[in-house]
Amino acid sequence: MAELMKLQVICPDRIFYEGEVSMVEFNTTEGEVGIYPKHIPLTSILAPGILTITEEDGLKNAALHSGFVQILPEKVTVMAEAAEWPHEIDLGRAEAARDRAEERIKNRSDKTDIARAETALQRAIARINVIK
Amino acid sequence: MASMRDIKRRKVSIQSTQQITKAMKLTSTVKLQKAKTRAEQSKPYFDFMYETVNAMLAKSGNIDHPYLQAKDTGKTAIVVITSNRGLAGGYNNNIIKLVTESGIPKEDVVIYTVGTKGRDALARRNYDIKEDYSDIIEEPQYSDANVISRDLLDAFEQGEIKEIYLAYTFFKNTVSHDPRRIKLLPVEIDSEETQEKGIPMNYEPEEEEALDLIIPKYITSMIYGALMQAVASENGARMQAMDSATSNAEEMIDSLSLLYNRARQGSITQELTEIIAGADAIS
Repeated sequence: MAELMKLQVICPDRIFYEGEVSMVEFNTTEGEVGIYPKHIPLTSILAPGILTITEEDGLKNAALHSGFVQILPEKVTVMAEAAEWPHEIDLGRAEAARDRAEERIKNRSDKTDIARAETALQRAIARINVIK
Repeated sequence: MASMRDIKRRKVSIQSTQQITKAMKLTSTVKLQKAKTRAEQSKPYFDFMYETVNAMLAKSGNIDHPYLQAKDTGKTAIVVITSNRGLAGGYNNNIIKLVTESGIPKEDVVIYTVGTKGRDALARRNYDIKEDYSDIIEEPQYSDANVISRDLLDAFEQGEIKEIYLAYTFFKNTVSHDPRRIKLLPVEIDSEETQEKGIPMNYEPEEEEALDLIIPKYITSMIYGALMQAVASENGARMQAMDSATSNAEEMIDSLSLLYNRARQGSITQELTEIIAGADAIS
């Protein structure tokens, strides 16, 4: 049996997930990472992406947007500003958001906030990928 | 003695007021339950956020970062969280007092308000109201807190303000609410608490970059937490105020009923005397 560690995913409005896991994967500003138990202490900044939780009896996926994560050998705490399970995501809305963001990036003008459009795009893509 | 009709009119008017206060008490009880649940659900996030930021800063105590350095020039910003509606006892007034009695000269203060009651009261006292976000207090979202914190940090980075305070009502429990003023920026660390936790922490990206990203989140979460607490306190305060108003009305109605009955009895006695006197005169 694989070793387990504690995982907590906390959102401002709820505790999103709490449980024993053998691995967790997510996207940080430095790239995608997978964390096993006994990792060195590390604090990292999240980027929009998919959160994959490996429990003893299977995998769980969720969309994760911005926040940070604190990794300790026995425990991983994800502080997410927003997180969603696949069944909470509206695919139509996510696709519309993606198209809108792409549009904005394509027809950029001086007024467009490119950084914001890009995060919006990343977020929409993360949502869509979780469902698929 | 007031006439029977006057007393009756008075009593009816108090009765209808009592109906209103009773209804308001019920609605605020329901709202309080909701606000309380939200405040409780959001608590783990802030506790952890506070802990993490404290731990980070304790380790990197003398790091040269704009968010941590006290500045000499600029004004003091106070975020004032009150309600849009009155009839909540001393709720709004306590917060306003916290600002007016803060000991910071009026000229050096810029106010960011959430809640029209606080905004109007401070504007009347000639405070400089920089921004107003009153429409969000009905149902504060995390994104609303984000907007406020971005505005504040922009002003901070441009050197317009040197420190940021937050004045709100802390929700201890249903009957006890505590007006508080806390300092958001520059971040002050609680050195006693953090000294014990000596876990060496690595950062990815580098510490300063991480601080750049985490501190705005910290400010946002503090504001969001304060909003949650304030909404719960507002409804708690209103519930209490309306409860005592209802029981005061009850008391007034009781004493008016007594007066009314006495007046009624008096008038009957008088009528009787008049009839008997009249009968005597005829015979």
